[in-house]
Amino acid sequence: MVARTLPAIDRDNEAYWTWGREGKLAIHRCASCEYFVHPPVPFCPHCESRDVAPQAVSGRGRVVTFTVNHKAWLPDLADPYILALVAIAEQDDVRIPCNIVECDIDKVDFNMKVEVVFEPVEDLWVPLFRPVTA
Amino acid sequence: MMRFAEKDTAITGVGMSEVSRGADKSALALTVDAALEAIADAGLSRADIDGIATWPGERADGSGFSPVGCAALQDALRLELGWYGGGGEAPGQYGAVFNAIGAIAAGLCRNVLIFRTMYEATARKTAYANSLLREGQRQAGPFAWYAPYYTYAAALQQALFFNLYVHKSGIRPDQVGQIAVNQRRNAALNPKAIYKVPITIDDYLASPVIATPLRLYDCDVPIDGAAAIIVSRMDVARTLKNPPIRIDAIGSSMRYRNSWTQLAELDTQAQPKVAEMMWSRTDLKPADVDIAQLYDGFSFHTINWLENFGFCERYGAKDFIDGGHRIALDGELPVNTGGGAMSGGRLHAYGAVHEACTQLWGRAGARQVQGDPQVCATSTSGGPLAGTMLLVRD
Repeated sequence: MVARTLPAIDRDNEAYWTWGREGKLAIHRCASCEYFVHPPVPFCPHCESRDVAPQAVSGRGRVVTFTVNHKAWLPDLADPYILALVAIAEQDDVRIPCNIVECDIDKVDFNMKVEVVFEPVEDLWVPLFRPVTA
Repeated sequence: MMRFAEKDTAITGVGMSEVSRGADKSALALTVDAALEAIADAGLSRADIDGIATWPGERADGSGFSPVGCAALQDALRLELGWYGGGGEAPGQYGAVFNAIGAIAAGLCRNVLIFRTMYEATARKTAYANSLLREGQRQAGPFAWYAPYYTYAAALQQALFFNLYVHKSGIRPDQVGQIAVNQRRNAALNPKAIYKVPITIDDYLASPVIATPLRLYDCDVPIDGAAAIIVSRMDVARTLKNPPIRIDAIGSSMRYRNSWTQLAELDTQAQPKVAEMMWSRTDLKPADVDIAQLYDGFSFHTINWLENFGFCERYGAKDFIDGGHRIALDGELPVNTGGGAMSGGRLHAYGAVHEACTQLWGRAGARQVQGDPQVCATSTSGGPLAGTMLLVRD
């Protein structure tokens, strides 16, 4: 597979892309009203608190929607792969783009339960999700 | 009652360059062709143009997405302007029109030249198609959330939304394919269209899957070309050559999360609230619309707009387009009468507004919709980018 294109890291998104080092999925959360704020912004739209910071979540979620890519956008991108939006278990309107891995392309489905795994790439840990087997 | 500013404006001329899969002239030359044609069509001269606008403005990244901006065209044509504006942070492609309406209302200008130029066919032959394909470059902005997941094109994001729509609506591939078949049939009658050889549903079903459920024939065609329109103050418009095409109502709201991942309803995206805004600014109803030019970057967008404009119920488009009769040129609501972006070429909603005016002025030749159409609904884009216009011939 070709190298993943990586995001530019800033103060707001750094935890999301690096806490995988410790096996943790970091999502910004309001300390005052406990609302998850994603993409990460240092402001809570519910209670107007500025006390919003990354917090480790369970890493579990469900597949909201998905697509199986068949087009070889690059010469080495021949194999089909799954792109999905996963809602975290803690708050269903927080949606994370990802690849679903360790999953047959014919098996991925709406509402499928998944859990996070991380792939280290350069200085980042890219969150991916795989089916929950247990 | 409040007077909505768009009601004091009208489209008075349109122009389009040659549209091709590889131009023999520069992007600026194509833009000049479209601009001069639009100015002449309105019965104006360069000296009468006192505003210009474009979307998203010059983007010099080699992608051909928007190679010409206001400054380049102003200098090429030596225009003397009271106002100009480009920029991508607007309600989709028609954001340039909505800004022009505001500028006219503010008294800054009277005749605004609005243009959209694409040079993607040439760019894809000579440069990288987009920055995600450029190795080692880290991505910033909203698409950085998708970038690490081999999301190399808008087709993949839209396939995510489209798949959810298919799941919820139960629309069948042979129903989706009616959009592509209809537009190719219309394109066959449009001398400027890129693809004119008719296709069948079987051809559609045999076309390669890009990303489930999106097929090749669900996608628009990258081209080189430019389209231009003149938007004039209504009192000026009434003195010009063509019957004014009134901008009866616009929809341009952002009452939703502006995000490609966190939109409240991924399968309807921003469209319902934008269409609702448009209908709140007019006495006309969906049943009054004679023809529709509905954004077709992907056929999913067109299907979604049919529902969100209220031409059919939510998840009812599958029945509305089944068999293709109702959306055909002789149907109850002819859709994308020039072949749209999927067969005509990706002029990115400006091909659609050009076609809307062509039909409303009765100039569409072999593809002219019969019965003297007077009202056309038009729309831009998908995801959080949504804008609509209801155009009415005076």
